[in-house]
Amino acid sequence: MAQLIQQNNVTVDAWTTLEIGEGETPDSVALPAGKVIFPLAVWQARKAEIIPGREHIGLLLLPDDKVEDVAADLAHFAVVAVHFPKFVDGRGYSTAALLRQRYHYQRELRAVGDVLHDQLFFMQRVGFDSYALKDGKDAIHAIGKGFAPFSETYQASTDQPAPHFRRRTA
Amino acid sequence: MYKYDAIDRQLILDRVEQFRDQVRRWQAGELTDDEFRPLRLQNGLYIQRHAPMFRIAVPYGMMNSAQLRKLAHVARQYDRGYGHFTTRHNLQLNWPKLTDVPDILAELAEVDLHAIQTSGNCLRNITTDQFAGVAADEVIDPRPLAEILRQWTTFHPEFAFLPRKFKIAISGSQEDRAVTWFHDIGLHLKVVDGVTGFTVIVGGGLGRTPIRGQVVRDFLPWQHILTYCEAILRVYNRFGRRDNAYKARIKILVQALGVEEFGQLVEAEWAHAKDGPATITQAEYDRVAAHFGAPAYATIAAVNTAFEEKKAAEKAFARWVDRNTHAHKVPGYAAVTLSLKPHGVAPGDITSEQMEVVADLADRYSFGELRISHEQNVILADVRLADLHAVWQQAKAAGLATPNIGLLTSMICCPGGDFCDLANAKSIPIATAIQQRFDDLDYLFDIGDIDLNISGCMNACGHHHVGHIGVLGVDKNNDEFYQVTLGGRQGYEARLGKVIGPSFSAGEMPDVVEKIIQVYLENRHPDERFLDTLDRIGVDPFKNRVYEGRAHGKAKQKETA
Repeated sequence: MAQLIQQNNVTVDAWTTLEIGEGETPDSVALPAGKVIFPLAVWQARKAEIIPGREHIGLLLLPDDKVEDVAADLAHFAVVAVHFPKFVDGRGYSTAALLRQRYHYQRELRAVGDVLHDQLFFMQRVGFDSYALKDGKDAIHAIGKGFAPFSETYQASTDQPAPHFRRRTA
Repeated sequence: MYKYDAIDRQLILDRVEQFRDQVRRWQAGELTDDEFRPLRLQNGLYIQRHAPMFRIAVPYGMMNSAQLRKLAHVARQYDRGYGHFTTRHNLQLNWPKLTDVPDILAELAEVDLHAIQTSGNCLRNITTDQFAGVAADEVIDPRPLAEILRQWTTFHPEFAFLPRKFKIAISGSQEDRAVTWFHDIGLHLKVVDGVTGFTVIVGGGLGRTPIRGQVVRDFLPWQHILTYCEAILRVYNRFGRRDNAYKARIKILVQALGVEEFGQLVEAEWAHAKDGPATITQAEYDRVAAHFGAPAYATIAAVNTAFEEKKAAEKAFARWVDRNTHAHKVPGYAAVTLSLKPHGVAPGDITSEQMEVVADLADRYSFGELRISHEQNVILADVRLADLHAVWQQAKAAGLATPNIGLLTSMICCPGGDFCDLANAKSIPIATAIQQRFDDLDYLFDIGDIDLNISGCMNACGHHHVGHIGVLGVDKNNDEFYQVTLGGRQGYEARLGKVIGPSFSAGEMPDVVEKIIQVYLENRHPDERFLDTLDRIGVDPFKNRVYEGRAHGKAKQKETA
């Protein structure tokens, strides 16, 4: 189990992620009750079934999934989880930046998969606010040091839309 | 040059502490080797054949004397007393201890030096023209925008884990001295109807799939360069291939989509960011540009009599002036290239003692600053004509005045199989053997301008594709062989050389180069450089000579037919 970090604390994860087992398809997989994070393919195939009667819906985006395809649906989601299959696969950073900056997604944006201490800073900058830190890693040290290794940033991003040169006083 | 402010400096200090903690966690087993690797790479640290190789950034090639003295100290204290200048404005140390690197970084930070993003799949060092700001043919000084781009690339959150490395070069002169056609993004500054902007070239690169870049936008006003680069990088980060490291550079994506479709994606992306907060303000440009103001040049005559007399009296001095000085836009000044290509030494290598001599020369004769060229030499950019003789004498005493800039023995060469894990073959011994064969200066001067570039493998760190003569180390059944190309070139007319035929053993290489030179000398018209003759007579006469007496080779068959 990953360790979920939110607002500088390790918290209990109330969500489960729907996995499509062997022999199942997005069309056939059973839709469990409760707070469920649905893969994009399931959401696209079963939207009409998922929406009625559910208060909390989550979405899982894989690196190949295009944010554009789900942009019109974002109001349905209480959490969007962006999957990093390996921490060196940086596509999720652009996914997050687009969700926040272009499509103005406001609610929980969670990094899942190979989420490690040294990427937390970048993740926070592009707009993540929830981090499923890989199991076995030191969550306390990650919270203490991982988010703010640098005291200032040059570029504009989600967390700071003005680049440093527009914030200079002198 | 740009002086770091409190923020610039703090970020580098923060980086030192971040890396110290990363090394600690790796040693404690909290980070696996795989988890640590990209982190150390983004601090310039490779694990190589003999030891870690550590790459220190010299952003857009500019350095001051205090920084060079610190590099001399670091090389002496933590390494074997020398370093190696690369083709992309970096200094490499070949023998540091991994566990010393946090301390090395801390020492470097004292003089605003660092190793941020000098390797790894991220935005690399910005490179430019070694004569920026002083070249007689300059249109716009590229350094302020290079510094603005440096800041933008530093710890960019969205582009820290790209499909592959990403290199940006910027040029602001009539002659392109920054190899901009062979970078992931190449930027040419120009003025159109009174507006300063860039031609944006994308998808160039050397390496195992050498491709000349293509123009993705003919003209982009300078204020938009960050938002436009951001758009290019976002398209690349999302859609560049990640399944195969050899197909992961942006050039492959641009080839796959075609530059038009790629350009449409970029323009669509850019439409969202255009005129947004990342648009560069005039105030920011002015703030940064103020750091690159002209030094306090003296008003002196364009002609110096004593200098002319010494040139007339001393042939060796005249030769050095001819090859190793470059026209300056201020009357009475010249830019001096200190050659790191003495015969018999690995091209680009410099000892700690030499670094200290260069630092002293910079302080005494060139406003305390110096530059590194992609040809792996050191430049003193602002030397009075009246001082050239003194500079020459002191440089000569330190082994830094070989008068071979642009000549055959001033070759570009990667570290090769002696040091590098990637290499298929050694490159430095080939360079040395060729230098020994062509050790006669009269002969070298007679041969004239020629670029000979050597890479130890297809990753092409020695830029062999754009050498007039290119040499590539290849592996054939675990033996080292060398493939020869002819006709490559850099500059605005940049193009790739063509392979002439089967490869050669190391022992054959000096003969091969000599035969190529002989064909040129026999066929040249007066005033023709090597490249002119090659373009006029074509590659066949060279092939025929080189493969004469060998059983195989198409050129040979044609000759006997």
